Amino acid sequence: MIEYKNVTKTYGTNVGLDDVSIRIDKGDFVFLVGPSGAGKSTFIKLMLKEIKADSGSIVFDDLEITRLSNRGIPKLRRSIGIVFQDFRLLPKKTVYENVAFAMEIIHMSPKVVRKQVPQALSLVGISSKAAKYPDELSAGEQQRVAIARAIVNNPTVLIADEPTGNLDPDTAWEIMRLLEQINQRGTTIVMVTHARDIVNRMGRRVIAINEGRIMRDEKMGVYGSEEDENSHHMGMYRGGGYSIL
Amino acid sequence: MIYSVKQAFKQFFRNGAMSTASVFSITAILLILGFFFLLIVNVSNIVEGIRKDFDTIQVYLLESTEYAQADSMMKQIGNMPEVQELRYLPKEQALEDFKVRFGDKAYLLEMRQENPLPNSLIIKVGRIEDADTVVKRIRTFEGVEEINYYQETVDRLIRLTSFIQFGALAVILVLLVISVVVVSNTIKLMVLAREREISIMKYVGATNWFIRGPFLVEGILIGIVSAAISAGVIAFLYHKIIQVFGTDLLVMMSTGLVSERFMLNNLSVIFAALGISIGACGSIISMRRFLDT
Ligand SMILES: Nc1ncnc2c1ncn2[C@@H]1O[C@H](COP(=O)(O)OP(=O)(O)OP(=O)(O)O)[C@@H](O)[C@H]1O
Ligand SMILES: [Mg+2]
Repeated sequence: MIEYKNVTKTYGTNVGLDDVSIRIDKGDFVFLVGPSGAGKSTFIKLMLKEIKADSGSIVFDDLEITRLSNRGIPKLRRSIGIVFQDFRLLPKKTVYENVAFAMEIIHMSPKVVRKQVPQALSLVGISSKAAKYPDELSAGEQQRVAIARAIVNNPTVLIADEPTGNLDPDTAWEIMRLLEQINQRGTTIVMVTHARDIVNRMGRRVIAINEGRIMRDEKMGVYGSEEDENSHHMGMYRGGGYSIL
Repeated sequence: MIYSVKQAFKQFFRNGAMSTASVFSITAILLILGFFFLLIVNVSNIVEGIRKDFDTIQVYLLESTEYAQADSMMKQIGNMPEVQELRYLPKEQALEDFKVRFGDKAYLLEMRQENPLPNSLIIKVGRIEDADTVVKRIRTFEGVEEINYYQETVDRLIRLTSFIQFGALAVILVLLVISVVVVSNTIKLMVLAREREISIMKYVGATNWFIRGPFLVEGILIGIVSAAISAGVIAFLYHKIIQVFGTDLLVMMSTGLVSERFMLNNLSVIFAALGISIGACGSIISMRRFLDT
């Protein structure tokens, strides 16, 4: 359902991705790991067509992303939900409004909005905070709202770029449970993370990238040892929730 | 669409100071622009009038010239392709015209026993540039005392006025560019203030036009409000100008200032169009780079 074929992306002399070929199937739960600068964000940005590949092809269901015109991008992004490390909620909107916003801007009818927003909020377990503003919530709760916003339009894929990076370990695990639950509903999940213990304990598919190349792709993988990677990566510290970025 | 308008109004009030400031600047610019517009329109109108007044060639006939001779002259002149209109003005009629035109000062002529004015031919050429050729040919006719025409004066006047018009047009263009820049800067600030929201909108799959919508409406709103204010002020001032100068000018020339109604109709249409395009261009330009990715 997502297939990269010989995808290369460079930024001037920096290598983003180097001849990457990989296939992610519907319903997969994939961890994308690797040291800082490995090319994880590049991998994701290519999928969202935030950046264009130099060569190779990326196909998403029946959509060839690498050939998509700019006008096709909104359609692509409507089938991909995305969650960031820093939540990216709108501070002047309530929890409910933040989630409803994602539906309004793609022209969903108010009736559908009124039905689906509470469903999404209840799925992420935050229904009771619907009328609150983001700054009245804890970090974990804010991330739940962000997840509700990402899934409210029923995307086929949910991308999470270090979703637990700003959370303490217990809250991080709650978010992981939630993602697992979303995955069980059939949503493909691609999660970028530096959290070694989460990757190791989840026992899901792991794609390890370094210097733009795929080093490992394991069905029930682990984060990997230090020797696999660049000496200055910071995964261990980030896993503990002390991320610098 | 409804969303865009709603958002734009919300924004207009939320960023009240910013919107008001740009409305003020653009109103000021449009006011200046409006005066140059008035200038252009009136100058063209006066020039048109002058052309009409002075595109005639007066051929004064000798006292000795018989009517039959004049008639054959008229046939020849009438055959010239450049000539549009031709008429014989007997001296009695000329005197009447003179009396009408100069009213109370006509006694100067009346004091004399005889009519001092000659019979004449009045010729109108289609294009004022052709007057020279026509005059040259008539000079060769017999029975002509004098030929009067104003080509050089008119030429000089037209050159001067087209210079004025060109200058005014250049000023107008510069003012338009400035106002587009003003709008685009205002909108850019608003876009920056909502950068986060826009980036989220893009991630969730909003189309560029959907994102642009509220800012576009906002820009157009600023444009239209400024256009309405400045058009109102200009209309008022023009009304005053007409009151003061309108009739005086009419005595000096056969055409006065362009009528108030005509000006108002054109002004409102043009200003509405300007307001909309300034607003739209400004906001689209300011968002262009932003929406690229
Ligand atoms: N806009 C850019 N301009 C130049 N180089 C870039 C740009 N974006 C990424 N790079 C380079 O491409 C490589 C891959 O970057 P990428 O952001 O994909 O890494 P990452 O795996 O997401 O790292 P991190 O874990 O720190 O987020 C790095 O060497 C980076 O410096
Ligand atoms: Mg990254």
